[in-house]
Amino acid sequence: MARNPLIAAATAVLALATLWAPAQAHTSQAPLKEAPGGFSFETDIFGRFDVRSLQRGYKVYAEVCSSCHSMNLVYYRNLCQQNGPFYDPKYPNPNDAPKCKAIAAGIKVPDIDPDTGDAIQRPATPADHFLNPYPNKAAAAAGNGGAAPPDLSVMARAREGGAHYIYSLLSGYKDPPASLNVPDGKYYNPYMPGDMTSSWTGPKDKVPEGGFIAMPFQLVPDRVSFDDGTPSTTEQQAKDVATFLAWAAEPKQTERREAGFAVMGYLLLLCGVLYISYRRIWRNVGH
Amino acid sequence: MSGHPPSTYEPKTGIERWLDARLPIIRLGVDLMDFPTPKNLNYWWTFGGILAVCLVTQILTGVILAMHYVPNGDMAFNSVEHIMRDVNYGWLIRYIHANGASMFFLAVYIHMARGMYYGSYKAPREVLWLLGCIIYLLMMATAFMGYVLPWGQMSFAGAVVITNLFSAFDQIIPGLGTAITTWLWGGFAVGGATLNRFFSLHFLLPFMIAGVVILHIWALHVPGNNNPTGVEVKSKEDTVPFHPYYTVKDGFAIVAFFVVFAWFVFFAPEALGHVDNQVMANPLVTPPHIVPEWYFLPFYAILRSIPQKLFGVLAMFGSIGMLFALPWLDTSKVKSMRYRPAARVFFLLFVAAAIGLGWCGGKEPDDVVIALGKSETGDPTGFSVVWLSRILATYYFAYFILILPILGLRETPGQVPTNISTPVLGGAAMPAGAAAQAEKKG
Repeated sequence: MARNPLIAAATAVLALATLWAPAQAHTSQAPLKEAPGGFSFETDIFGRFDVRSLQRGYKVYAEVCSSCHSMNLVYYRNLCQQNGPFYDPKYPNPNDAPKCKAIAAGIKVPDIDPDTGDAIQRPATPADHFLNPYPNKAAAAAGNGGAAPPDLSVMARAREGGAHYIYSLLSGYKDPPASLNVPDGKYYNPYMPGDMTSSWTGPKDKVPEGGFIAMPFQLVPDRVSFDDGTPSTTEQQAKDVATFLAWAAEPKQTERREAGFAVMGYLLLLCGVLYISYRRIWRNVGH
Repeated sequence: MSGHPPSTYEPKTGIERWLDARLPIIRLGVDLMDFPTPKNLNYWWTFGGILAVCLVTQILTGVILAMHYVPNGDMAFNSVEHIMRDVNYGWLIRYIHANGASMFFLAVYIHMARGMYYGSYKAPREVLWLLGCIIYLLMMATAFMGYVLPWGQMSFAGAVVITNLFSAFDQIIPGLGTAITTWLWGGFAVGGATLNRFFSLHFLLPFMIAGVVILHIWALHVPGNNNPTGVEVKSKEDTVPFHPYYTVKDGFAIVAFFVVFAWFVFFAPEALGHVDNQVMANPLVTPPHIVPEWYFLPFYAILRSIPQKLFGVLAMFGSIGMLFALPWLDTSKVKSMRYRPAARVFFLLFVAAAIGLGWCGGKEPDDVVIALGKSETGDPTGFSVVWLSRILATYYFAYFILILPILGLRETPGQVPTNISTPVLGGAAMPAGAAAQAEKKG
């Protein structure tokens, strides 16, 4: 979860000091790629997001990912809250923000008519969570070769590498090596953690890194056209949607880091005052 | 001199005199603050106060979390995310609570190591030590059940692994282990019933810890504090009143500890967690590599170092049982290892073994520590984690049942001072903290 080199180094030292040993499975995976220019929330010391990247990322999610993946923990109102993609300081209550109302109004969600009890479709409101593309889990599984596409709400926290992993996976599809038997309905991706020993017919010490994934390559160039004129390359779309998912996984993270600086400053000051008090109170005690 | 001196409290107002004759609670507070405390306690002694603050922090944040958490198999995971996203400062409360558990264990391990180094478990403080062991045991139970509550994949897998340990008792009396696990689960597998009872117990146990902490402090105030020399307090010159001397020193240490704590909470709140626990529990999918929280890793390594399940379980519980027997295993009359040069080396090796076991617990048993060759698939082969665990676990047990009993009878301890004031007042008065620094080198 490191967000800049200083914090990364300090975290590493503290983690070592407490001897947290990272999990090491027998699966393999290619070393993750760095997104060009880095992620805004990592290069910014307060963990602030590049709002334009967030907005583009939301568009990638809305136009590509959301046709198969739910985000049940994210609500349309979240898009307009502080540090969100469409935050407008004029509307401190995100439910009032016209942008979120407009986004929600364009989406039909299932509901029950309170008068008749009939199943109906109504326009969404900012208080609705992102529309689930399938009516239920069984339908999601049936439509995707037996395994439901995972919910993306906390995906950036649920995989080693977070946004770096998402970026690498989405932009890292490659043609499978010749000696690899790719099962029907599966695709090779060097960044997908996996163990391909049983599908490999080449030399035993040359099993390729990576695994099989049920999702085919999605982010072909110009799949999404960005409103701000940013060239829609595979890398750009992958980076923006990874940024959006990193935000969605913990929408309060910028608030957390900003508060952290104030808290650390206060604690260090208090620490100094208490140390001086301690020296003063003990000054006449031989010990 | 031991125990509380005659009370110095004199009620000054009519109300105080009235209350003092009925419930002398102000007298209790005054006497606690006046408690004569050895003046040579170093910074290792501040962890008692730090632990008290940790417990209060966990209870306060935990009670607030319980207002928003839903202990239901279908809703628990999302209710935790609701706390993170929608509850005002819920992210702060939850990250304090989750990292607070790690900080609590970090502090308790330092506190225990301090007790072991300075012989604080020896007469007349055996009961004080035993109560501490009970607190530690309750802490482990509480932390384990707390880790289950977010109902992520690692929560679920952890609950399955730990509760299944009891099925090993089937090897003693067939059916016994199965009966125990079914009883623990409230069903035939870990499920919603298990989660609900773990929540109930996770709420209860901290208050039991608080109760035992009161006994722990009571048992501390009968013989009084041990100190870095291990020599009992002999006169009033050896002590200072707890307040203001140790309130300010502990206060400084507590805030310094909070700096580390806050670093994790605000800048690396999930550094000590596991990504798999951000995936909702799914009984049909087992995480590829199940690991407990870092503070359980040494015991996990001991468990896995023995291929036979029952003996692995017994070794794991035995490793904690050693702590309970410690006061009667150490035969040395000298308390502080400051004056036991040989014991000091064995103790440092013990700390290294415990940390090494923790490292092993986080690895796969078959991972290679020292590569000696390559398999046909190109993977290294050689000295593996499981063998390192076996060596370290052997030393862990040997420290308690061989080294301490024998060493106390055979070693030649150094010169022990006659009282607390002598060793430090022999030369010029040392500045505060110098004693602590000298200890770190030892």
